[in-house]
Amino acid sequence: MELSGAEIVVQALKDEGVEYVWGYPGGAVLHIYDALFKQEAIQHILVRHEQAATHAADGYARATGKVGVALVTSGPGATNAVTGIATAFMDSIPMVVVSGQVPTPVIGSDAFQEVDTVGITRPCVKHNFLVKRVQDIAMTMKKAFYIAASGRPGPVVVDIPKDVTDPDIKVSYVYPATIQMRSYMPVERGHSGQIRKAVDFMMQAKRPVIYTGGGVVLGDASENLYKLAQVTGFPVTNTLMGLGGYPATDQLFLGMLGMHGTYEANMAMHETDVLIAIGARFDDRVTGKIAHFCPHAKIIHIDVDPASISKTVRVDVPIVGQVNNVLEDMLRLIEEMQRKPDVKALSDWWARIEGWRSVNCLSYLPSDQVIKPQKAVDALYQVTREMDFYLTSDVGQHQMFAAQFYPFDKPRRWINSGGLGTMGFGLPAAMGVQQAFPEATVACVTGEASIQMCIQELATCKQYDLPLKIILLNNGYMGMVRQWQEFFYDGRYSHSYVDALPDFIKLSESFGHVGMQVTNPADLEAAYREAFGMRDRLVFMDIVVDPEENVYPMIEAGKGHHEMHMSPYLSSERELA
Amino acid sequence: MQRIIAVLLENESGALSRVANLFTARGYNIESLTVAPTEDPSLSRMTIVTRGDENVLEQITKQLNKLIDVVKLMDLTEGPHIERELMMIKVRADGGVREEVKRMSDIFRGRIIDVAANQYTIEMTGGSQKLDAFIQVLGEECIIETVRSGVMGIARGNKHLV
Repeated sequence: MELSGAEIVVQALKDEGVEYVWGYPGGAVLHIYDALFKQEAIQHILVRHEQAATHAADGYARATGKVGVALVTSGPGATNAVTGIATAFMDSIPMVVVSGQVPTPVIGSDAFQEVDTVGITRPCVKHNFLVKRVQDIAMTMKKAFYIAASGRPGPVVVDIPKDVTDPDIKVSYVYPATIQMRSYMPVERGHSGQIRKAVDFMMQAKRPVIYTGGGVVLGDASENLYKLAQVTGFPVTNTLMGLGGYPATDQLFLGMLGMHGTYEANMAMHETDVLIAIGARFDDRVTGKIAHFCPHAKIIHIDVDPASISKTVRVDVPIVGQVNNVLEDMLRLIEEMQRKPDVKALSDWWARIEGWRSVNCLSYLPSDQVIKPQKAVDALYQVTREMDFYLTSDVGQHQMFAAQFYPFDKPRRWINSGGLGTMGFGLPAAMGVQQAFPEATVACVTGEASIQMCIQELATCKQYDLPLKIILLNNGYMGMVRQWQEFFYDGRYSHSYVDALPDFIKLSESFGHVGMQVTNPADLEAAYREAFGMRDRLVFMDIVVDPEENVYPMIEAGKGHHEMHMSPYLSSERELA
Repeated sequence: MQRIIAVLLENESGALSRVANLFTARGYNIESLTVAPTEDPSLSRMTIVTRGDENVLEQITKQLNKLIDVVKLMDLTEGPHIERELMMIKVRADGGVREEVKRMSDIFRGRIIDVAANQYTIEMTGGSQKLDAFIQVLGEECIIETVRSGVMGIARGNKHLV
């Protein structure tokens, strides 16, 4: 088959089974857009800003497990995409971004819309390529998809100069069926000796905790995690990225841990003697002060990325491998060797945990005057729990309230920017999810500050009939910034009040959607039912919430897990040891 | 702790920047870095001299390994190894010191590779400390210009990177 470079790009996407490409045309990618125009297998979604293209591809990847694809032009197209690329990089999301570049003869001459895309994206990609010859496009695309999806996944940028996609230069096209790279061989299975050692530690544990992160979700290891927890009876806590990796409504689940984690999860971390970390990376929002982190624990760490192991916290039993494979081997070993946990110690441990649980650390002062953001999330759960439901989030207080108050029972249902904390992520990510699952109910929980960062995508939603539900918890502030200013800057709310807000009802109506405002707590559930009843419309719900509610519990940056601030509603603030 | 890490990587444009970028982005020290293609033109070999505590050095090797372009690496300081550096040094050599400089160069097994009426250019190889010592012996007033390659290293005996 003789194809031009532009046709090769499109054909390679087809051969990778790509269904959707999110993008925005421009000079350097016009040849590729022309090739896209002449086919129907791949649907191109025209976003309104390149950042949204990468977030949408990212949301699609998180929800489906497939590689998300974005297509942007050179220069500003590529720089606009960087935030989305970095977001995917921090959360290890498989993504391929094809960017146009100025023609090879003018590279380096400060040509119109030229930036060094490979240079700019280098620190925030798993890998990137500049393709200089049309003959290299097919192999490069193959490598890009392979690298993006294997090992610890991540974004890969393929930068293609315009002359390389010239429609008049055709070369023979064969898409490689398989690929082998001498410089990249991700580990599949864990070392059996290490797994055996881990099982030994686990079975002798008196106060074990299983702590899992995004790796369990991305590695499709939820089922085996569930089995491991059931076989051992060990408590499980999830990171923000790990939510849904273990069913939140299960008895063994302690909730999220870390800065805004539950009292029971954080206290269990503080007192555990054997910590089993699975697909988690000991992020500073999870560990707090390293010197106080799990002071009594032997640590087992299962991760596909060797560089994640002992990066911030020294571990005792490192196991490098795909988490699902390792869990499989671990379960087999436990069964074969008839290993049993220390039941007596475990029952004492659970009694202690139940004590912490009974504190009910997430309680908040109810109100019939003003909508509490916690209540808004809880009511959302009540209305959507039976649905085939996905929730994306922006970044801030609403994100934490959603993480705390919406119990996710299945993986890939909670989609948020954990590592980079990208405001503006939620709406475009939801577009990607809805595109992947047209029949599912997809909502985006957001704040009035975050939503304005990618608000232009309401037009994309209209163009492609995406019936998203936008749950705006409107407190008038950048809530998390305001909370920190209240706590750490004596209430000097420097530029965290979002003045001059638009009328969100009119705004959504002007984009052709349904707008709705809710101010009375009593109306909340009915409003949700009405909104979610509109199956074929995007409904923008402006939910006016308590302007100064805080997220509790909270561990200040640099403090240990045992030094939580609890809600003043619970009692006077406790320092609990 | 000083470490010498030998890295075999794909000889592709951008591979060097990836390594350099890694060191700056993660705040690692880099004392010297040398790189050139090997006998197999598709591969480059790099020698990196770096410094840090045990945790940092472990991360450096892991993060280097994680780079897609890196084929293999080896911490040469873990075993017996040879390190060499090349220096070319242009020195004042006039009047009374001309003979002395020549003698000094001989003692350090340097070779005079260029001669001017009042200057010598000396080529010298050896461990970095030997080159440092030569510079010290000559003294600041005598030196016009130096250029050093940075350390290259190779393991002794049967151990090898490829």
